[in-house]
Amino acid sequence: MIATQQNREPKVTDPYLKFFERFEKSRDDGAPSWVFPVRKAALARFAETGFPTPRDEDWRYTNVAPIANLPFRPILDSATRDLSSESVDLFPFARLSGIRLVFVNGTFVPHLSVLPQRNSGVRIKNLKSALVEQQSLLETHLAKLARVEDSPFAALNTAFFQDGAFIHAAPGRSLDEPIVLFFVSTPTDAGNTCHLRNLIVAEKSSRLTVLECYARIGEGTTFTNAVTEAAVGEGATVVYCKFQDESPEAFHVASICAHLGLKCNFTAHSVATGARLSRNNIRVKMDGEGSDCILNGLYLTKGDQLCDHHMIVEHAKPHCNSHEYFNGIMDGRSRGVFHGRILVQPEAQKTDAKQTNKNLLLSDDATANTKPQLEIYADDVKCTHGATVGQLNDDSIFYLRARGIGLDTARRMLIHAFAGEIIERIKCAAARKELDEVIWDRLEQNPHVAERR
Amino acid sequence: MLEIKNLHAGVESKAILKGVNLTIQPGEVHAVMGPNGSGKSTLAQILAGREGYEISRGEVIYAGNNLLEMDPEERAREGVFLAFQYPVEIPGVNSTYFLKAALNEIRKHQGQPELDAVEFLALVKQKMKLLDLGEDLLKRPVNEGFSGGEKKRNEIFQMAVLEPKLAILDETDSGLDIDALKIVSNGVNRLKRPDNAQLLITHYQRLLNYIVPDHVHVLFDGRIVRSGGRQLALELEEKGYDWIIREEPQFA
Repeated sequence: MIATQQNREPKVTDPYLKFFERFEKSRDDGAPSWVFPVRKAALARFAETGFPTPRDEDWRYTNVAPIANLPFRPILDSATRDLSSESVDLFPFARLSGIRLVFVNGTFVPHLSVLPQRNSGVRIKNLKSALVEQQSLLETHLAKLARVEDSPFAALNTAFFQDGAFIHAAPGRSLDEPIVLFFVSTPTDAGNTCHLRNLIVAEKSSRLTVLECYARIGEGTTFTNAVTEAAVGEGATVVYCKFQDESPEAFHVASICAHLGLKCNFTAHSVATGARLSRNNIRVKMDGEGSDCILNGLYLTKGDQLCDHHMIVEHAKPHCNSHEYFNGIMDGRSRGVFHGRILVQPEAQKTDAKQTNKNLLLSDDATANTKPQLEIYADDVKCTHGATVGQLNDDSIFYLRARGIGLDTARRMLIHAFAGEIIERIKCAAARKELDEVIWDRLEQNPHVAERR
Repeated sequence: MLEIKNLHAGVESKAILKGVNLTIQPGEVHAVMGPNGSGKSTLAQILAGREGYEISRGEVIYAGNNLLEMDPEERAREGVFLAFQYPVEIPGVNSTYFLKAALNEIRKHQGQPELDAVEFLALVKQKMKLLDLGEDLLKRPVNEGFSGGEKKRNEIFQMAVLEPKLAILDETDSGLDIDALKIVSNGVNRLKRPDNAQLLITHYQRLLNYIVPDHVHVLFDGRIVRSGGRQLALELEEKGYDWIIREEPQFA
């Protein structure tokens, strides 16, 4: 589109630019001076690119026009804080005792949150406070991994992010209990947008488990645009698990961008059941030798839902392993999208990369788009990928029936097993148990799970 | 117990079984032997209720009922068991969970109380010794990552737990080394009772050194062309299938 400076057509990004001007004038968050230029540069990038379209290869199957068409109403300070702790207790992961940070419509709610009592060497606080209190750490790490060039949504987030979690493990420090982050949406006006921003820094030889739960109370056409950056230092272990269960009318875009140093261990799980349209960008750069990365995902969709997982794993150094297992179960007219790219740089010899995406279609109108992709510039590597789309395996059903198990039970067993394959890989036992129950219940509620087709 | 009468079956337009007749009484062990492609496995699959075969003529009566009208699970609950030639790997379904569900479906159907977890585990431990299987196997998903021998032993282990009236063993000996073959055969022999029957389907005589059949039948081109005692199996081993085929006027 050609637009001249004068008398030009209004652009979809205009309301964002206008809002930013007001945002710039009104800010009084005490954030350090370097933050604003970062925001401004990100906004400029977004203004340049606008929202992606299906013409972009990375967005081929996922049309974000419904998001672009929403009125832009970023929530800077949520009015809804009167959430009871009992309502938070109903969410998955809530039974896990220990540290939790609760955000309602993007705003940190201290009285619902539980912060560590003693100084264990792991700092946990909301990002807004950290921007004031931990300036140099944040300047080093914030907005370094989620690059504005990589995604318009990351750019939008960097321009407007309001709050989120900041987690920092000092060298050699570990926290065995999981840190749980709750991001709760309550019914608000259409287009109300939360730009959530989390930063995880695991210094040398530290260990952390971070669980993110995106949940809702009530239903609404909200838009969550979240970015989590994870800097994983030498010999550090980070387990990250995200559960997305937003309103069936909501929009959800999230990125996890991880940078792995020498001999790291990084595991990320994504379990998605909610939102009308959701997109998960998973970006991992393996930038030190001898690191292990495991990425798992499970998505259940029905109705008109669309759930997209898009990942790029970059092997930049030799002797790293990355394994990805993603299963999708689609029903109704829903669509599951998987795009996994493994990029092996010339230097990254002895790479061992494996990627699997399996899709189970429970209805004739459900769709799976899967695109595993290998891009290899080194010659001594072991890379495999595979994808399947289909219905339940007849041989498996017959085997179960031949042992006395009825057809409906056999089908249910196999569908649960298909989800269970991914759930059982979740390393954090408490989170695994919670998600196992949630997913079991969701599948049982689905009338097609036991139905004869 | 089982009466197969003039059974004709095939897939699409291809006839595989062309008039099989076979009667099995309680307490008997029958062996059906035959060269590749003779229809042995088709017979086993049809008896267990596998879909996809067209039955054009004949009938199968099991314990007084029309077997071919029953769903696979009904057959299993009535006591029919197929030890698969190729046991299926089922990722994500735990072996204990699977076998307990199967056993309780069968018990429920037969009017017996269901077993709880403790009772089931006690039963399972006792049966595992019979097949020399490690208990860790039960913690794993059904057949997933099992070796060929483990899969076959697992089939017989399931048979031991489910205690069928009619067990059909489809090429259970294939892929087993001599030690595993002995273990499996020993298991099968100890499961033999006056009120149940076994139908062994095998290409080779080898298995019959360990499980001694009362009757041996030779299946060729979809029909049983000869029946006899154990001696028939030994003769086949010595002379090969060609010997019988040559003696059959219609193939000569």
